[in-house]
Amino acid sequence: MAIYLDNFLFTYQSLIYALGVNSLLALSMYVVLAVGQLSLGQAAFMGIGAYASALLTVKFQMPFPIALAAAAVVPATVALMIGTPTLRLSGVYLAISTIGLGEMLRILYLNWDYAGGALGLNGIPEKAGFASIFGALALALAALVAVCRSRIGRAFEAMREDEPAAGVMGINLPAYRLGALVTSAMLAGVAGAFNAHVSSFIAPGDYGFDAAVTILSFALLGGIGSPFGPVLGAIILTALPEVLRPLHDYRLVVNGFIIVAVVIFMPKGLLSWRIGRLGVRS
Amino acid sequence: MLAQQLLNGVLSGAVYALFALGFTLMFGVLGVINLTYGFYFSAGAFIALFSSQHLALPIWAALPLAAVVTGAVAVVIDELLLTPLRRAKASELSSLMVTLGATLLLYSLMTAWFGTDIRRFPAATFSGGAFEMAGLRISLSQILIVMTVFIIVAGLALLLRYSRIGLAIRALAENDEAAQLMGVNATAMVRLVSFISGSLGGAAGVLVGLNYNAIQPYMGEVMMLKGFAVIILGGLGDIRGAVAAGFILGMLETLTAGYVASSMKDAVGFALLVLTLWFRPVGLFGRVAAKRA
Repeated sequence: MAIYLDNFLFTYQSLIYALGVNSLLALSMYVVLAVGQLSLGQAAFMGIGAYASALLTVKFQMPFPIALAAAAVVPATVALMIGTPTLRLSGVYLAISTIGLGEMLRILYLNWDYAGGALGLNGIPEKAGFASIFGALALALAALVAVCRSRIGRAFEAMREDEPAAGVMGINLPAYRLGALVTSAMLAGVAGAFNAHVSSFIAPGDYGFDAAVTILSFALLGGIGSPFGPVLGAIILTALPEVLRPLHDYRLVVNGFIIVAVVIFMPKGLLSWRIGRLGVRS
Repeated sequence: MLAQQLLNGVLSGAVYALFALGFTLMFGVLGVINLTYGFYFSAGAFIALFSSQHLALPIWAALPLAAVVTGAVAVVIDELLLTPLRRAKASELSSLMVTLGATLLLYSLMTAWFGTDIRRFPAATFSGGAFEMAGLRISLSQILIVMTVFIIVAGLALLLRYSRIGLAIRALAENDEAAQLMGVNATAMVRLVSFISGSLGGAAGVLVGLNYNAIQPYMGEVMMLKGFAVIILGGLGDIRGAVAAGFILGMLETLTAGYVASSMKDAVGFALLVLTLWFRPVGLFGRVAAKRA
């Protein structure tokens, strides 16, 4: 039995890692969507985390935990710089500037010779694994479920449903939005570090517009009623192209189509549960 | 040297202004950031390319043809994707997400079809001639660009300012319910605005394709980045602002390429965008975008 399991893990290793990393990315998207904002910078934050951690382990031989911490802190700082001015304004401003962020960073990586320029970074030590990735995922899920059950979770829900009303009830809208964006940047950055340290190779083109939209499609397909929705979406959209090989070449077309169809026909996504307050029947 | 840089700056500024005009018009009247707009830019360039390659059309015929077709595509996309959401009174972020998904879909279909190789106009499309004036070099295609942009911008300004249709469009942008109560046919006007915006995007694509003579599916995505910077700097929905900001971005980019580093050129737009959001989020002329509760 154990041998079968080992074989299974070995054969599908990269798929399993991808499932974990993409689930983390979907959760990072969820945190922003949960406050009624749209960030298209999740891929960019992931890239910042990947580059920050990989530079530390490759060029400075730092231990992986330190690199992982940097992969959370650096994207969080960038999120603060982008979020502080935009989150006081209406939702479209965050969306626009985060698309811009992704494109700008791609140009930066391409011209940054120290980080490998157009070739990207090679030979990143394979420090991440099944335990660390899925441990982080379980931790993130548990933390988000706890948040959903708390006062903060209810504030999020109020903001999503009716923003002016939430503001009138005394919810500090810009602060909550900024908190959500920074948290989501950290999650995406950590996912990026894991990805870099299992695939051992990163390139500037990995974190562009296509990746950003794909991450959004995870969250929308699953639904943002609870943190489980985005994870389900990530699992389906990561596994599907592997199971149905012909779909592989058209997976961007499929992702794009899913976003369109879900927003128009199924705005709540596949999983439309919501997590209520502890001990209260709704 | 400086004069030549400034001239080049005006040229790329003219195209940015044209491109951003349609984008900001869409937002101003329809209240949507329509990300498929970059696709019209690519599509315009491809249509002009194919009509000059396979139909042997001269550029003065290929340009309007491309503009009309992209305009029609824009109307269809708006009708399919955004009208249902408008009817359901969905949030502005849902419409943003729909256009985002559609953009990915359209670009990847286009790439699957045409590949990502750079294509070029046949040499006979336009003569590569150039004038030398007082030490300045300006090519025929550049003159074509400036004249086209001037005619389109002036025409649009006159239409919006002095015609009944323009009045109806401005009324819709101001307050759509009140405008409809005053007898404005909102459906027709929404289609008209989509058409105008789509054809502006398409025309800009043809002109940029001509100027650099390099056409590929994702060219619209790079342009969108500049478009964002321009419409934010100009103020969302502000037409005058978009034109002014287009020229400002064009100038700053050429000056950066000339005096700092050409690789930094594409970062100028984003820097401008972030600075505007920090220091003057309402844009150059300070028209506050309507906040709908």
